[in-house]
Amino acid sequence: MTVPVPYRVTGREAETPDTTTVVLEPVQTALQPFTPGQFAMVYAFGVGDIPLSVCAIDGHRLTHTVRTVGAISGALHALRPGETVGVRGPFGTGWELSAAAGLDLLVVAGGIGLAPLRPLVRDALAAPERYGRLNVLIGAREPGDLLYSEEVRGWQAAARVLTTVDRPDAQWQGEVGVVTTLLDRAAFDPQTAAAFICGPEPMIRATAGELVHHGVDPDRVRVSLERNMHCATAHCGHCQLGPLLLCRDGPVVTWTQAQPLLMVREL
Amino acid sequence: MTVVRHGFLGALSPGHRDRLVAFARDVSFAGGTRIFEEDGVADRFWIIRSGLVALDVHVPGRRAAVVETLGKGDLLGWSWLFEPYRWHLGAQTRSAVLASEFDAERVRAACEEDPVFGLAVTHCVAQVIARRLKSTRTRLLDLYGPADGGETG
Repeated sequence: MTVPVPYRVTGREAETPDTTTVVLEPVQTALQPFTPGQFAMVYAFGVGDIPLSVCAIDGHRLTHTVRTVGAISGALHALRPGETVGVRGPFGTGWELSAAAGLDLLVVAGGIGLAPLRPLVRDALAAPERYGRLNVLIGAREPGDLLYSEEVRGWQAAARVLTTVDRPDAQWQGEVGVVTTLLDRAAFDPQTAAAFICGPEPMIRATAGELVHHGVDPDRVRVSLERNMHCATAHCGHCQLGPLLLCRDGPVVTWTQAQPLLMVREL
Repeated sequence: MTVVRHGFLGALSPGHRDRLVAFARDVSFAGGTRIFEEDGVADRFWIIRSGLVALDVHVPGRRAAVVETLGKGDLLGWSWLFEPYRWHLGAQTRSAVLASEFDAERVRAACEEDPVFGLAVTHCVAQVIARRLKSTRTRLLDLYGPADGGETG
């Protein structure tokens, strides 16, 4: 759907002081179903629209986590139940978890990058017989930036969940360091592992590079890239990365595709 | 004697690993134990078998700043290999820790005596240093901040 359709906010939960998860339900017409990794263009009326990955999919209900970094995300962050937004989508490529059947799974999230990975983790937990060992590695700048804390604790029953922060506070008793250091503590066989990475680009590059160094096939490393997505229909070209228009050909691509493009200066 | 076979030791060949392990003794530390202080004499090192150790830097007038944590299989301490044999950081356990402890002087002497063994050990320690340097540089990028300050979701 390339024309925004109205969705109403039916739920809102503050994750951190600047990050909120909002639940949207169609007012009338529902969009086509989303798959984990895909994104919607969410329009704050009179302000503008931005791409937001789905962080939970439940029938026609869409859930997004938004962090305030500018005017549009600020407007979406301030939404209250009952208010409406315009939504276009689904757009882009998904994580394709099914391609990792039988493999050990490494889910690596940096900061708000956990949001688009959450539905993938949920799907993997729902069908443990299809996959090998599930590792969820989470890095955040500060303890207060960690998302979905209660749900993440629940994942520990069936997955190896490791969390690290860059800047610990006085209460933090967990690991300190970059998320790549957690790879040594994960349980996986590099020859039969698939990785799913989302976070800021420096984190993606560091993590994917480390995994390939460990022996993971770069075709089995999927990363979610962000560029300036405006139209989301592969027309405006704002999200171009070399031969890719990331709104259409991404945001999820393999490391085989992404690595050479991310090494080109000024691309 | 029980020593983990992955992590630091896993990078050594079986022969060199056995030779190094012969210098080890089992130790345990309760949670909250100060293992060494910044600028103290680096006369020992450890390979962690279980538990978590925080590396920190003294900040005058404030509590020590934790810069990294080490866990199972990690090498705790590399300052013992290079003069002036003083710790660059402090180390304190975050939980109960089991570790293999090595006498630095004896290991250095063995490295001098057998250059092939010495090169293998030095190479493994250098790998650890390189990885920690890389992690530190990556942190300088503010790894989890918005890439360009733009709208993201």
